[in-house]
Amino acid sequence: MADQATFAEEATPFMDSLYAAAMRMTRNPADAEDLVQETYLKAYRGFGGYEQGTNLKAWLYRILTNTFINTYRAKKRRPMESDLDEVEDLYLYRRLGGLEAAAAGRSAEDELLDIYTDDEVKRALEELPEQFRMAVLLADVEGFSYKEIADILDIPIGTVMSRLHRGRKGLQKKLWEYAVARGLVA
Amino acid sequence: MADGNCDDALHELYGYLDGELTVERRISIQHHLDDCPPCYEAFDFEAELRVVIARKCTETVPESLKQRIAEAIQREGASPDSVG
Repeated sequence: MADQATFAEEATPFMDSLYAAAMRMTRNPADAEDLVQETYLKAYRGFGGYEQGTNLKAWLYRILTNTFINTYRAKKRRPMESDLDEVEDLYLYRRLGGLEAAAAGRSAEDELLDIYTDDEVKRALEELPEQFRMAVLLADVEGFSYKEIADILDIPIGTVMSRLHRGRKGLQKKLWEYAVARGLVA
Repeated sequence: MADGNCDDALHELYGYLDGELTVERRISIQHHLDDCPPCYEAFDFEAELRVVIARKCTETVPESLKQRIAEAIQREGASPDSVG
């Protein structure tokens, strides 16, 4: 049993990352703020049910995700899942990997940080169909394990893995399209 | 990246980077990466791409929202009826 008196102290440090996740889910600041506020209120009310010593961040994300799905999800948008299937493995590496060799002494990380703006990476993620976006967000941005993602999204681990696989490929395809559109690569 | 070891390594790339492989599989892939510069480079790219994605997707919660939430929680705490 967790004590409500300690809730603010324990849960507030996660607010930046929950807000970032809410931005990627809702894709607009007003809804993201409402979603985070509702999440914290629900979490506060339910804090008695949180088992002290377990993963508080994952617990908060589960509430965030459920609240988003029940309240803010755009129901009309049907994902174009077939688009994601056509993307090959190592999609971006096979296209951008050579840049590293061209710029001696620079890491892929340096190159990628230079190529893409924050907004482009955020947009690439936000443009993924929701189920893939959630998996990639939880794994690649937040660093949750497959098991934690399975618990948060209430889906089997195998589904987590396949959504991650396809979502990551879709993200790479988007990033490549942005690089081409800006004329950064031939 | 042509032989079977490369295909096996590539197949488990995400499991490896996600830290979700068994110790044996992890070591086996690690050995392959030590011996295979092309695979190492591809794995390295994927790992660094992930770092870049995480770094570029951060946000700072607006101070006004932080305050609103703190106040809302205080109000909840002050009214015994709503605790439950």
